[in-house]
Amino acid sequence: MSMAHPSAVVNSRQGFSLAQYLTCGRGIVWREALRFLHQRERFVSALVRPLVWLFIFAAGFRQSLGIAIIPPYETYIPYEVYIVPGLLAMIQLFNGMQSSLSMVYDRETGSMRTLLVSPFPRWFLLSSKLVAGTLVSILQVYAFLAIAWFWEVEPPLTGYFTVLPALVLSGLMFGALGMLLSSLIKQLENFAGIMNFVIFPMFFASSALYPLWQVQQASLPLFRICWLNPFTHAAELIRFALYGKLDPLSLAVVLGCTAVFMAGAIGAYDPARGLIALRRGPGGNG
Amino acid sequence: MRIEMMQGKSGTEDRVAWSTEPGESPLTLSLSPWEREPLNSSRSAQHRPFSLREKDRMRGCALWPLQLPFALAAAVVLAFTAQPAAAYEAYISNEKGNTVSVIDTDKLEVVKTIPVGQRPRGIAMTKDGKSVIVAAGDSNTIQIIDTKTKEVTGSLPSGIDPELFAFDPAGKLLYVANENDNTVTVIDMETQRQAGSIQVGVEPEGMTVSPDGKTVICTSETSNMAHFIDAKTHEIVSSVLVGARPRFAAFKGDGSELWVSSEVGGTVSVIDPVKHEVKKKITFEVPGLRREAIQPVGLNIAKDGKTVFVSLGPANRVAVVDGQTYEVRKYLLVGQRVWHGAFTPDQKYLLVTNGLSNDVSVIDVAGLKVIKSIQVGREPWGVAIEAQE
Repeated sequence: MSMAHPSAVVNSRQGFSLAQYLTCGRGIVWREALRFLHQRERFVSALVRPLVWLFIFAAGFRQSLGIAIIPPYETYIPYEVYIVPGLLAMIQLFNGMQSSLSMVYDRETGSMRTLLVSPFPRWFLLSSKLVAGTLVSILQVYAFLAIAWFWEVEPPLTGYFTVLPALVLSGLMFGALGMLLSSLIKQLENFAGIMNFVIFPMFFASSALYPLWQVQQASLPLFRICWLNPFTHAAELIRFALYGKLDPLSLAVVLGCTAVFMAGAIGAYDPARGLIALRRGPGGNG
Repeated sequence: MRIEMMQGKSGTEDRVAWSTEPGESPLTLSLSPWEREPLNSSRSAQHRPFSLREKDRMRGCALWPLQLPFALAAAVVLAFTAQPAAAYEAYISNEKGNTVSVIDTDKLEVVKTIPVGQRPRGIAMTKDGKSVIVAAGDSNTIQIIDTKTKEVTGSLPSGIDPELFAFDPAGKLLYVANENDNTVTVIDMETQRQAGSIQVGVEPEGMTVSPDGKTVICTSETSNMAHFIDAKTHEIVSSVLVGARPRFAAFKGDGSELWVSSEVGGTVSVIDPVKHEVKKKITFEVPGLRREAIQPVGLNIAKDGKTVFVSLGPANRVAVVDGQTYEVRKYLLVGQRVWHGAFTPDQKYLLVTNGLSNDVSVIDVAGLKVIKSIQVGREPWGVAIEAQE
C-alpha cells in the first residue's frame, strides 16, 4: 500500500507546480460534490434532521426559553430563532463526520486509496478532502436557512453574507475532527458509535439548544463542560456572525481547535508513524 | 497532473485515474460497487453514469453555490443603500422610576433621563414641538418639559390624578382624564388655566379628539363606556357600551372610525362615530396563552389607516390588525406587559413600552418586525414623539 508509483517518486523530488496542486484539489472537491449530488437521500436527510428540531422540538419548547435578551440578539426572540445557529452547527457536525468518515472506505477501496499513495503531500490531500466536505456542508446550511426563512427565522440580510466565513471555519473544524476520528476506526459500521460518543454529547452539552446562563443556573459542572466544548464555540461563532457580529473568543477557540485537529489528523494518517499504522484490519497492514 | 473519472468500455467499470505527465500511462483504480452504486441508483441500467451531457448538467448544478455569495453581496449593497431613518427624539414616561427617558430614534439608544414628578404616565408633545407634557398622577399635576433644555419648566392645573390626555387638532386645548374624581378637565394651553370640567363615567381614562375637533372621546374604565362629548357645549352626546375596562381610544386619520381597546374584555371595538354604534369587535388569540393574559391597551393606527397595532399587555405581544378587514395579521413578540406606543413621524418605527421588563421595543412598521429592545427606566408606560402631521 505504501508503494508509490516509480515515476511519481521522481516527480515529487522536482516538486509540483501550483497548477498541479489545483488540479488535484479540484479533483477531490469535484468528486465530493458529485457524490453529494448523486446521493440525494443524504441531502434530504441532512435537511430533515434540523428541520425536525426546528418544526417540532422548538415548537414544543417555544414558551420555555427565558425572557432575558442575550447578545447578539437585540430584542426578544422566539425559541425557533434561538436554536437556528445551533442547528446550522449541527448540520456541519453531521456532514463533517460523514464526509470525513467516508475516508474509512475511501482509503481502502475508493479514490483516496490511489491518492494517498500519490506523491502529493498528505496534508494537501487531507485538506482538499476537508475543503470539499466543508463546501458541501455550506450548501446544506444555506438550503436550511432558506427553508427557515419561511418559518419566520429572518436574520438581517447582511447576516447571510457575514455568516459565510464562520461556516467555513466551523465546517473545517468538524471535518478535521472527523478526519482524526476516521484514522481510529476500522469500519464505517462504527458510525453509530460516533453518533453516541461524539455527535450527541457535543450537540447537547453546548449552547445550541439553551443559552449557557441557563445551564449555569442548573449545574455549574455542566456549564464548565459546555463551555469547554468546541461545538459551543462553533455555534456561538455562527450565531454572532449571522447577526453581523464577531465573538473573538469563539473565533480563537474554533481556529485553535481546527489547527489541533488538523495536525492530529495529518499525524495520524502518516503511514510511517501515525495511528493508521497501529490500526489493524483490512488495508491497515501498511 | 491529471485526475479523471472514467467509464470502462463495457459500461460497468468506473475508474479513477491520475497521471503526473501528459502521455504517461495513468495509474488507475476501479471504483468499488459501494462507490458506484449511488451514481447509478435511480437511473436505468442502460444509462451511462458519466456521459458528457450528464457531466455538463452536473457542473451547472454545482455552479449555484459559487454564485450564491455574489447574490448575497448584491443584497448587502442594497440593504446599505436604503435610506437611513431621520433622527427624532422619543420621550418615555417611567411610571415607577419617576423619570422620563429620551431615546434617539436614529441611534436607538437612551440619550438622556429627566427626573419628573411621582408616577408619570400619560405623555404627549405639544403641537409646536417645543415642549413635552407628562401627567404625574401621584403629584396631581401635569409637568412641562422643555425639549431643548430637557428640563421641567412648569406645570399645568390638571385636577386630581391625571392619567391620559389629548390635544385638540389645533393644539390649543388639552383634555385631561382625572381617574379619581370622574371628570375630564379642559386646559387652555395659552393661558395654562382650566377652561372647564366635564362630569363623565366612573374612572375616566382613554382620551382622544376627533380629527375635525368637534367631538371629544373619553372612555370610563368602570362604566365600560366610550363617551362622545361635544367639544363646544362640553355635554355628553352619546355613550357607547364597549368591552370591560376600556383603556384607550383612537380615531382613524380620516375620522371614519373610532377604535377602543378593552383591557379585561380582551377586545377592541370599532365604533362608527356618526351612528355611535359598535360595528366590529376584534378578538385576539395567541396560541399557547390563556385568554386572561390577552389584555389590549395601547392602540396605534398607521397614518393610512390600513394597519393598526394593538398592545396586548401581559401577552407580551403587539397584534398587527388589518385596518380594513379587521383580521389579525400577526403577533409581534415584545417585552413583558406592553402598554402604549407611538410612531416616529415618518411612520418608519413604532416604539412600544414594556412595563415589566423595563424596556422599549422598536417595531419596523414596514417589515412588521421587532428590531431592538432598549433598556429605559423602571416600568415605562407612555411614549411621545414629535407631533405627527
